[in-house]
Amino acid sequence: MLYFIEQCLNGLQVGMLLFLLAAGLTLIFGIMNLVNLAHGSLYMLGAYFAATFAAWTGSFLAAVVLTIATTLAVGMLVEIIAMRRLYGRDHLDHVLGTFGLILFFNEAVRLIWGPAGLNLALPPWLSSWVEIIPDVFYPVYRLSIIAVALAVAVFLYALVMRTRIGMLIRAGASDREMVGALGVNIKLLSTFIFGIGAALAGLAGLMQAPILTAQIGMGENILIVTFVVIIIGGIGSIRGAFIASIFVGLTDTVGRAFLPDLLKLVLSPAGASTAGPALSSMLIYLVMAVILIVRPEGLFPASSK
Amino acid sequence: MPEPLLQIEGLTKRFGGIVASDNVALPVAQGELHAIIGPNGAGKTTLIGQLTGELSSQSGTIRFGGQDITALPVWQRSLRGLARSFQITSLFLDFTALDNVALAVQAHAGHSFHFWRDARQQPDLRDPAHAALERVGLGRRADALVANMSHGEHRQLEIAMALATKPRMLLLDEPMAGMGVEESARMVELLRELKRELTILLIEHDMDAVFALADRISVLVYGRIIASGEPAAIRANPDVRRAYLGEQQAVTLNG
Amino acid sequence: MMRDPRTALVAALLIFLGLLPVYVMAAGNNFLLILFTRIIILALAATSLNLILGYGGMVSFGHAVYLGVGGYVVGILAKEGINTGIIQWPLALLVSALFALIIGALSLRTRGVYFIMITLAFAQMLYYVAVSLDRYGADDGLTINHRSQFGLLNLSNKVVFYYLCLALLLGVIFLVARLVNSRFGFAIRGAQSNERRMRAIGFPVFRYRLVCFVIAGTLCGLAGVLLANHTDFVSPAMMHWTRSGDLIVMVVLGGMGSAFGPLIGAVVLLVLEEALSGITEYWQIILGPLLLLIVLFARGGIVGMLRPRHA
Repeated sequence: MLYFIEQCLNGLQVGMLLFLLAAGLTLIFGIMNLVNLAHGSLYMLGAYFAATFAAWTGSFLAAVVLTIATTLAVGMLVEIIAMRRLYGRDHLDHVLGTFGLILFFNEAVRLIWGPAGLNLALPPWLSSWVEIIPDVFYPVYRLSIIAVALAVAVFLYALVMRTRIGMLIRAGASDREMVGALGVNIKLLSTFIFGIGAALAGLAGLMQAPILTAQIGMGENILIVTFVVIIIGGIGSIRGAFIASIFVGLTDTVGRAFLPDLLKLVLSPAGASTAGPALSSMLIYLVMAVILIVRPEGLFPASSK
Repeated sequence: MPEPLLQIEGLTKRFGGIVASDNVALPVAQGELHAIIGPNGAGKTTLIGQLTGELSSQSGTIRFGGQDITALPVWQRSLRGLARSFQITSLFLDFTALDNVALAVQAHAGHSFHFWRDARQQPDLRDPAHAALERVGLGRRADALVANMSHGEHRQLEIAMALATKPRMLLLDEPMAGMGVEESARMVELLRELKRELTILLIEHDMDAVFALADRISVLVYGRIIASGEPAAIRANPDVRRAYLGEQQAVTLNG
Repeated sequence: MMRDPRTALVAALLIFLGLLPVYVMAAGNNFLLILFTRIIILALAATSLNLILGYGGMVSFGHAVYLGVGGYVVGILAKEGINTGIIQWPLALLVSALFALIIGALSLRTRGVYFIMITLAFAQMLYYVAVSLDRYGADDGLTINHRSQFGLLNLSNKVVFYYLCLALLLGVIFLVARLVNSRFGFAIRGAQSNERRMRAIGFPVFRYRLVCFVIAGTLCGLAGVLLANHTDFVSPAMMHWTRSGDLIVMVVLGGMGSAFGPLIGAVVLLVLEEALSGITEYWQIILGPLLLLIVLFARGGIVGMLRPRHA
């Protein structure tokens, strides 16, 4: 039972990280109609920058601030150099162009930091455990991830619901001329939004680094899971991204933890040990498939486009 | 009296809080040319969307040829004989005019699970396509690339494609929009000819054309039919005049 | 009358490919034969992708999955002692078709961005399934001890195998070329050009796209069968999503919607990779931006660039 609670919390934490990524992708897609496969690369850069800055400055907090700032900058740079030339083109062009960026970033990281991963050690004040309910101890760090992500969620909610920029996002204002006609500097807005999306990805990467270490190619694995979140939640919807992230995080984590044992109840031990890992890794995709059958537009689609 | 070819009843469409189609009821008799007019934003596009199946309706029924087609998808309505033309032309730009129309012929020539023979060499597709192009006056432009054709020719092509599907009824969405005087006159002549063989539901702004062609006219304002009848009656109808004149006044009031 | 440079290029390429083994046998340079066998097999996969991508407008980022499926059927059967080609190959094609049917049925109900993401997700899912197949090598892959047996045809002979692959490639290119000009082909191309129009004239777009998807998946499964025989090895890496990306690059680089574009793209990409990796270990750092440049400035691919300009 306690194990179950722990796994649920882990699932929540994973879900929160997915939310940061999904929210970034949704923002970028919603306002710029841009499919960005390189979003995962920014996540990876976040992890690498964090590990590097922490090593340089010796301070975890300094690393956090510097990482967010740097990924924001890198994001805006990428937007100015590459992305803005892709606006208005069809999605295949976005896919190919950002695929090229993935290759570039993976290799650049390998060149700069080498093929082995990087570790990021947690400072002592984040390494302790907390007794959240009697007899259940949970790492402070993972709780702080959940807290930070929730704070970001609230901030994004306020941004989307209460500001002019948010209004544009909600309107799915991907018509650049129209937005420009509303008196908004579309170039600046695009750069800014892309930067925010990148910073969110970088933040997720940096928070994940102490748990899983920074590695080349880490971006793409989580990117695909982020896609699953968006498909389930409905594209263009931050609320959908939030709910779906938690759902996917829980399904994946709890599923992997308990499915093999559940299978043992119905299959032979040999069968369970073969099918167990396979089904666990397939679980979120199977859920996605079911959602696709029942509601292809996702659970909370923003607007019918 | 025989059942109308198209029978619309209680058709309603809401977008969030806005009622775009408000309990629309409209019979279109076999062989008649029924025109729908109304100020901009009246809901004509929505209505066409509902009739063709691109938009769902919250309530109401559409009966075509005696059968309820309300739940049918777009492609099946076409196969039943309901053909449409698009207000903003929607064509296969990278293909020739002949290819465009031949595709329309192909759609109604059984299934397309034929994987080997060159479709461009099949007379049972090409010949009816040529005929449809001739009918609308594009016979000599068969091999022109659609992207290179003029706006007026695009509109003619829209009609040709609709005709190629051997329809029982044509749904024409502002076929004369953006046409010059000569082109409009030719289109009116074409429609006059087609009127003799087909039932037509015509959405138009061009009042000269409407009054020249229509057997009956319905007026759509804010999603509701406010008047429906013969052209002379509609012309004299005070509600209709107010709807149009009222709009003019509103325009001048707001500068 | 100006000769169409595209025909010249294709002719030259075909002559080169046809005579390559002769050169190899004379010069004793097996490496070229191995490289070009691989190129031909991937060109077959790219040609199958071109069907749905170039002509159908379906951006599938999971096409390499069928390479894996075809390959794994051969690998698994071989491991279980079934080596005869007559059983392996048709079964591999059937299984590929089945996977394509299921994935297509689920994915084709969506379009645009969704479709790209979903195909990517399903590919990843199958990748993980392959990784979890402990009995069949899991992450490390599965060695195939005997190539498919076809009686008189000895696939272990590199030259024989090369010509078999080349013949199959040309056969598939020919089939696809006929397909895209048939009624079915026009239905698919029409749907790419203007889906709304297609529905308006009476086409049930989904079912044609699904059939097209299944055909493409099956043909790619064939490539997978050949690849498994070529490398005597199957592994999950065959269907990693980056493989799918490579296939898309080949199609776009060569020229989408052209019969020989995928072959040209495969040759250029793989030769370029060989050349670049000779220069630097970090050649993808060049390939990445190069890809972006191609997308921005040479979207019609090589065939597009060679299109004769009319006065």
